[in-house]
Amino acid sequence: MDATSGTRTPTLAVFKLASCDGCQLTLLDCEDELLALAGRVEIAHFLEASSAVAPGPYDLALVEGSVTTPQDAERVHAIRAAARHLVTIGACATAGGIQALRNYADVDEYRRTVYARPEYIDTLATSTPVSAHVDVDFELRGCPIDRRQLLEVITAFLAGRKPDVPDHSVCFECKRRGTVCVTVAHGTPCLGPVTHAGCGALCPAYGRGCYGCFGPSGSVNLPALIPLLRRDGMDEEATVRFLHTFNAPAFDAAGRESRPSEEGVAK
Amino acid sequence: MTVTDAEVTAVLDRDGLDALVTVLRSDGRTVIGPTVRDGAIVLAELSSAAELPYGWGVELDAGRYRLVPCEDGAAFAHSAGPQSWKNCLHPQRERLWSADRAPDGEVTFTEEEAATPSYAFLGVRPCDLRAIAVQDRVLTGGRHADTGYGRRRRGALLIAAECTAPGATCFCVSAGGGPAADTGYDLALTEVVDEDGHRFFARAGSEAGRRLLDRIPHRSADLATEVTARTSVDAARDRMGRSLPPVDLRALLGESLDADRWDDVAERCLTCGNCTMVCPTCFCTTTEEVTDLTGDHSERWQRWDSCFDLDFSHLHEGPVRSSGRSRYRQWLTHKLSTWYDQFGGSGCVGCGRCITWCPAGIDITEEVAALHAEHEATSVGHETAAAAHGTERWTETER
Repeated sequence: MDATSGTRTPTLAVFKLASCDGCQLTLLDCEDELLALAGRVEIAHFLEASSAVAPGPYDLALVEGSVTTPQDAERVHAIRAAARHLVTIGACATAGGIQALRNYADVDEYRRTVYARPEYIDTLATSTPVSAHVDVDFELRGCPIDRRQLLEVITAFLAGRKPDVPDHSVCFECKRRGTVCVTVAHGTPCLGPVTHAGCGALCPAYGRGCYGCFGPSGSVNLPALIPLLRRDGMDEEATVRFLHTFNAPAFDAAGRESRPSEEGVAK
Repeated sequence: MTVTDAEVTAVLDRDGLDALVTVLRSDGRTVIGPTVRDGAIVLAELSSAAELPYGWGVELDAGRYRLVPCEDGAAFAHSAGPQSWKNCLHPQRERLWSADRAPDGEVTFTEEEAATPSYAFLGVRPCDLRAIAVQDRVLTGGRHADTGYGRRRRGALLIAAECTAPGATCFCVSAGGGPAADTGYDLALTEVVDEDGHRFFARAGSEAGRRLLDRIPHRSADLATEVTARTSVDAARDRMGRSLPPVDLRALLGESLDADRWDDVAERCLTCGNCTMVCPTCFCTTTEEVTDLTGDHSERWQRWDSCFDLDFSHLHEGPVRSSGRSRYRQWLTHKLSTWYDQFGGSGCVGCGRCITWCPAGIDITEEVAALHAEHEATSVGHETAAAAHGTERWTETER
């Protein structure tokens, strides 16, 4: 999928569904690399940066946000149809985001409670990741995503290679940067052992536990972690809340899939 | 312990230790040693001996580490912390080479020739001396030497601190070692704190160590200090918090590949990889290729990997060891058994880090004891069955 072959400059598009804009802001946050990036891709659709938009198809589409409205459920198909490569960015797009907490509640009740004119609100009962609607070429995790990882994904796309985005636990990053384990040394509850790396183990470096904003790692044993959270002072309600933040449906799914003894490919 | 006439000994006081760090630094060495940071005794660069963890000890258990004050004000009253010396000698990430493509398409490769720090490690425990020897064998003993490791290792000066305060997760004696520094050091210190003062019994283990001793204030070793030092190290031998079962571990692990215990430990294992990263002998790395946005510059980096990482055994169609069971079994079996096949010895030095720093508190000594118990029970079962059914036993074993 070498995007650099040929003479045409690859086009980049950024789309937003239900989200806070923080992940696409990460692209603008690539200050030092932004000029180099602009020299390598034509930014054809990025409303947060420019109101000038070029029509598709696009070589690379970055999609932020989750699907929470019937309109977005339609739109995401149009985005997919216009994108050669579709990469979702951030916890909303990859896992439904914090708004997926609605999946565990009564949305109609929310609507009646929050809005003076609830009939104006046209929303779905659930918040779902883009991958629940269309095929996605790559999912970049985080709330928000990590700047270095975003650049790596774009660079890898340009080079036609696999992005170097490991899916092991945050513990790898803590140990690599020499952070003292907050759980072992301080008794602080931490989701690091089950959370996808990528942030550089930011929170533990400042003495607090990981709260799982990158969602589950590639190898999760949630039943083994729950007793440790209890040991470190979390009751059942606190434990559920801890896991139900930005990636609640993903952690729930990981919990259901935790079968440590079962072999996948070979024994 | 053998005391030879040739052994150069001395006694340093705290001023002597201060001078030691000053001299090493004035030689241009990067002095790494234990110091207190973030509620633990970590290994970091020391600008003076005053940064040593004087007055701090540790309270250890499986999955638990707490700093505790120690009344005698000793500097080396702690056992293994969250890092080991491999963090310096075998760093978590290292560039191996880079490549540049010129406008005419020609590609130039440049091997990494990074400036190698001249390390002095202060306070290396005997378990860690053995761990360094294990990594020497692994990383530089074969046909394909890790040149970066070799450079850093050759330039490193090792100042051991013999162990007088083993922790509750220590088991070096049952792993074939002990609290005394026997070999592999330039200078060995044994800390003595009693009514005669705070001092360090020093033994030179190399010419570099002897020269170093000459340059710092010291007095000749008095018998009382030497006896106290050697006695407290000997006493530490009997104060190990844990032990591996005294059996042929290489054979036990080799014969336990289908043990039920693996399912039990897999229920508790988070597969987070902490044990491998704190282990002073775990050496596995992967390589990553990094390109920049222009596509004309590429770099190859080596970084720590772990057999608990799914990608570690990823072949086409997926990881070979996808379950936690198979990954924990790989780690333990390699460490205690197949390491012999590969490198002629055990991969475990009994430092206890994997026990302490496992968030779930999985205890290698407990797992091995359980595997041993299961093996014994199964063997007895086999023997009874064999007695009853003659040759059927062999059919069973082969299967």
